[in-house]
Amino acid sequence: MIVAKYRRSELISNYTILTILALFSFLPILLLFFNSIKAQEEFGINPLGFPSQIRFLNFYDAWILGEYAQIFINSSKLVIGTIVICLTCSGLAGFSLARLNPKGSTIFLIYLLVGISIPAQMFILPLFLLWKELNLMNTHLGLIIIYSGLNAPFATFLIRSYMIKLPEELFDAARVDGANTLQLFFKIALPISWPVFLTAGLVVGLAVWNEFLFALTFMQDDEKKPMATILFAFQSRFENNWGLVSASAVMMAAPVVILFLLFQKRFIAGLTSGASKG
Amino acid sequence: MKFFLSKSFIAWYFILPAFVIHLLVVATPSVLSLALCLTDWNGFGKINYVGFENFIELFDDRYFKKAVKHNIIWTVIFLTVPISLALTCAYLLTGIKKGQLIYRLVFFFPYMLASIISCQIWKYIVHPLHGIVAWFSKKGFDIDPVSPFTMKETSLYAVAFVDGWHFWGFLVVIYITGMYQVDNSLYEAADIEGATKFQKFRYITLPMIRPIFIFTLMIIIIWSIPTFDYPWILTQGGPAYSSEVLATNLYSHAFERFNVGYSSAIGTLMFLYVIIIVGIFGILRKLGWEI
Repeated sequence: MIVAKYRRSELISNYTILTILALFSFLPILLLFFNSIKAQEEFGINPLGFPSQIRFLNFYDAWILGEYAQIFINSSKLVIGTIVICLTCSGLAGFSLARLNPKGSTIFLIYLLVGISIPAQMFILPLFLLWKELNLMNTHLGLIIIYSGLNAPFATFLIRSYMIKLPEELFDAARVDGANTLQLFFKIALPISWPVFLTAGLVVGLAVWNEFLFALTFMQDDEKKPMATILFAFQSRFENNWGLVSASAVMMAAPVVILFLLFQKRFIAGLTSGASKG
Repeated sequence: MKFFLSKSFIAWYFILPAFVIHLLVVATPSVLSLALCLTDWNGFGKINYVGFENFIELFDDRYFKKAVKHNIIWTVIFLTVPISLALTCAYLLTGIKKGQLIYRLVFFFPYMLASIISCQIWKYIVHPLHGIVAWFSKKGFDIDPVSPFTMKETSLYAVAFVDGWHFWGFLVVIYITGMYQVDNSLYEAADIEGATKFQKFRYITLPMIRPIFIFTLMIIIIWSIPTFDYPWILTQGGPAYSSEVLATNLYSHAFERFNVGYSSAIGTLMFLYVIIIVGIFGILRKLGWEI
């Protein structure tokens, strides 16, 4: 799509500016990668360049010293648990709001809209005290419930906006065949709505993987912490061991990079979905 | 019994799980916070009702006032720098054909990174011994090899810079989606009239993407207030409160001093702020502002 016709000189200046901006975004990340395969001795002589000798051992060291196998499992547990619980709840709610429209459901939509705009700081301390009472502190289940609740409004809106566009004839035909509401959901709505569940799962999963504030507050046992807060502790524990710290950061970013390359359209559509609705 | 199985009731059963989980995690503690902000509770012991004393105390608290000031600076920075950069970038991107998708991915990617990783990257880049500052001072430039995160004068701006670096590509992608929907014939007409690039931007692009533009203004105004990760990871509000924002202020009251009442008061004010902003935008929309 050509928005405006550009002269050649203009085109060159466009590319120059865009490339400079792209380097500004990308070079820091590239530097992190260089550092992750750099030997500790080299940081003094060659802090910013490509390493003279590639040392993949940093990853091994970080994996062992940081007990990363356990941390990976912790983070994965949180991500998978949240995706399952959050998408189940939001899928059911989104379906109901899109296709069943019960009386008074606008009130629930408004409730979700208010819910989405409450800053976390408003409720984090009472939630902390509540979680203590319920013995959910320092448990993965406790964090999974929190993440599910936090992401439920977003996922519900996303799923609702997809299911609202499904043709009514599909549901009518099934109703004629005597399907009940639950069957309408499982047999009709769910199988054709998998794209939106994939998008919502990716966005929610990313949010949980990267989440910092709640992980910092609700998970204090080192062996149960997820990546983000372990990396935070790691940075002070191995303060000047840049190779090790960078390798850990790269390990945390790696799954995100891979999934982003595979599903970039979905990530972008999901993360910017609020904007298109206006 | 029949009522509970009626069509409309079953529909509510579907909504119930999402409602319950959100009620438990967000709504109940928020309501508790509204109640606790009128007390002097410290997490254990007796709860005393103190009226609006916490709020009165807050408006006298110089650290709170500092945090508010920093949040205002933060909001202004984010409303100007990343937005103008992203608008320029998106506009330039619409003018090129080759490599457009790659540029878009590169711009967007930092937004996918965890806050902890972006912080670590930039901590290294400005590290006094290794980073770019050290490199310049070794080459004979007259720069003190100090990290801007550890200086009172620069810490807030340095933290905002890192957050901005992570955030601005998100704006690029939002703007470019809007710019693609602009009708091409408008630009062709402008070309015939001999409009310059800037004029086309000012009189065609900007008005056409106005709803999206206003939306980004709103989310920046809202998101700038609870910002926590970057200040906490990079400086913990320091040195000497020079990068303290409301969220870090609240966090240390809540989890280091257990001033439940006091921190609930800060949280309540933040909530009121968000509600007022959303309300203002809602009213403007009702008044036909097309936003």
